[in-house]
This record gives sequence, C-alpha cells and structure tokens, in this order.
Amino acid sequence: MIPAPFDYAPAESAAHALELLAEHGDDAKLLAGGHSLLPMMKLRLATPAVLIDIGRLDELAGISAEGDELVIGATTRHADLAASELVRAQAPLLAHAAAQVGDPQIRHRGTIGGSLAHADPAADLPMALVALGGSVELQGPGGTRLVSADDFFQGFFETAMEPDELLTAVRVPRRPGVPWGYQKFVRRSNDWAIVGVAALDGRVALANMGPRPLRATAVEEALAAGASPADAARHAADGTSPAEDMHADRDYRMHLARVLTRRALEHQT
Amino acid sequence: MTRIELTVNGEKRSDEVEPRLLLVHYLREVLGLRAANVGCDTTSCGACTVLLDGESVKSCTVLAVQAAGHEVLTAEGLAPEGELHPVQAAFRQNHGLQCGFCTPGMVMAAVGLLRENPHPTEAEVREGLEGNLCRCTGYHNIVRSVLGAAEAEAQVTA
Repeated sequence: MIPAPFDYAPAESAAHALELLAEHGDDAKLLAGGHSLLPMMKLRLATPAVLIDIGRLDELAGISAEGDELVIGATTRHADLAASELVRAQAPLLAHAAAQVGDPQIRHRGTIGGSLAHADPAADLPMALVALGGSVELQGPGGTRLVSADDFFQGFFETAMEPDELLTAVRVPRRPGVPWGYQKFVRRSNDWAIVGVAALDGRVALANMGPRPLRATAVEEALAAGASPADAARHAADGTSPAEDMHADRDYRMHLARVLTRRALEHQT
Repeated sequence: MTRIELTVNGEKRSDEVEPRLLLVHYLREVLGLRAANVGCDTTSCGACTVLLDGESVKSCTVLAVQAAGHEVLTAEGLAPEGELHPVQAAFRQNHGLQCGFCTPGMVMAAVGLLRENPHPTEAEVREGLEGNLCRCTGYHNIVRSVLGAAEAEAQVTA
C-alpha cells in the first residue's frame, strides 16, 4: 500500500511549522514519528496534500521537571519516555504506559504528541494522560494555550486542537511514590487495548470503553465515599456505551471494565 | 521529487525520491537490497525491520525522506560478504528459521534488542521480539538463537 502523493515540507522550527500550517490549513498534516498517520495514509483514510515534518525539531523533544510538573516535548518517542529515569521516578504510570504501546520498533518511532493528537480511544497514552490529570500545550497563531486531558479528548479521533495549532508539549503532575495500577487486556501482545484501565490516587481512566478515553466517575465517587476497591470497581462500566467489534461485544467490554478496574485498584505499585 | 542523502550499510547514498516512497520500497526497488521483506505492510509483522541509527524500525511505516541524514542498516550490511554476523550464525546454529520469510526482520530486531540489552533473559527476548511474527517455528528456536547469540558475543568480549 502506498500513500497518495503529497508535498513534503520539513519544518525548520516550531514557528516555521506554524507558518506552514497557516499557509496550507486543512490540506496539511503534521508528521513526527508517523506511526499513526502513515498507516492511515497507506489505507487512504488520510490524504493530506502537504506533510509538515516536525520530527527533526530538537526544540520539541526532551523531558524536564518544572515546578510540580514534568514537561515532555511532543516529539519525545515512546522508547525514550519509557526509559527516562525522570519519568520513571516522577510519573511511573506514564513510563509504564509508554512501554505498553505497540512493540519495540513502534516505540522507537512513535511520539507522545502524535499519539495524543491521533486520539485513538483504545491507545495507552491518552488513557494515561487522563488518569494522571495531565494537560497539553497547544501553540497557534494567537499564542499558546493549555488544555487539560479531560477537555482535550472530545470524540473518536477528535481533539480540542484547531487545524492551525501545533501540540508542542505535554505536562503531567509529578507524583513520586504514589501507588498506581495499570491493566491492559489484549489478544496479541503488540495490540491496542480491548479494554484498558489506569488508576492513580482515586482517579480512574478507561480505554476503549467509548469514543474517547473516559474517567470512570462512578468508581471515583465510590472510592471517595470509602468503598472498597472491589465494591467501587462494580461501577466501572456505569454510564459507558462501548462499541462492538470483532474482539468484543458491548456486554463483554463492560464485564472487562469491571474486572480490570478491580485488578488496577487491588494490584497497585 | 525530493533529494535525500543518507548512509545505507555504511555507504553514502544520494537519490531523488517521491516523498511518498516508503523506506522499504527505497531499499528494495531503488537500491536493490531485498533482505527487508514486505509482509503485512501494516506495521504488524516486522518482516521489514531494519535499523535506523542503530534502533529497530519497521521500514514499511517510515518514509524514505524521514531517513534522510540518518544511517540505515539492513541484513545485507550486518557482516562482510561470505561471513555471518553472530546473530545470523546463531540462527543457523539453532535452526531459528523454517521458510525464512520473517528471518531478515527477526535478525535485525534481535540485533537491535542485543544492542539495547546485551544479556537478555528468555522473557526479555520474547518481549523484545513481540513486533515480529513467525508463522513457522513457534518461536522457540528463534528465542534460543537470540540467547545463543548473546552468549557467543559475551564469550567473544570476555
């Protein structure tokens, strides 16, 4: 499978990428690792006229601590996120989630910004960002704005990002030593979650239980009211309406959500 | 068309390519390097695995233009003509292949894995090869091959 023809525009800086976006608008797509976009282009589900390559911009990569947050450049690759001593110490749930994405080859190429902007509800990093209560920095012609994970993911492959905006960085609270749980149910080791659950300090996020990563609010409320993990987990599928596919029907996904939530709450590290 | 300059198996290359040309097609059709196979063509099977700056990647999901300025290593470049890289030798020794279609990708993924983790456990080998599918062997001899290669390299450097 070969993508439809496009013009290749390597960006020389983030500012240059924004200029190119302003110039080409909806006809352009940003390319970093390309591990969500290129498969879509090969299937001709995406046919951008221009690809703006931000994958070579050092200013968009890298991980640092800033106050009580970690700031992760958008083009930081999953393998670097998973291996980062800083992330493993300060936001271990995020490092673990990055290590669950795809397989080693995919983790060598795919980027955190790309995965979040792609907004696949079954993916690891969007769910992790929701569980962590993180946010993303979006740069546009009018300046930079910060959008929380809860507001960023709006629907199936839909985010709050405007076509002329660039996701430049991801912010997550530093939570060293706070217990967390992560459960991902797959049939093949390098697959997306059939259902996934990430839990941290009373926050619980679900993957593939709806068109976007969801907060399991009924579970969170039950935990806050003093319920045991097993009792709280019974509410994991409350209010959800998961899709059906060849892997699972609706009832099975709801069952998985309850079982995996219990495991995520009971087996914390 | 876009001009790309890169290093492939130690040799500097400069070619005019269409931006949509995939790295695997550049290697196979422009350079005639046919070790990397197109298997699933969907980033799943790993038959097209090559090293990009020393890291394993699936060349069906990398554009040739993205490899510009970087170093690509394919199975053809692992060892001088007529010789075998320790990982290749271990695959032969341990019968780590049957039909051979997945083998170039499997070998390159194993070389990448051993660069990152020279002394993997069996579990780490199995996880490290999760991006490569083999429909013949059931993986046991492939895992033995990678462990054997790690041991052989440890003896060489000891």
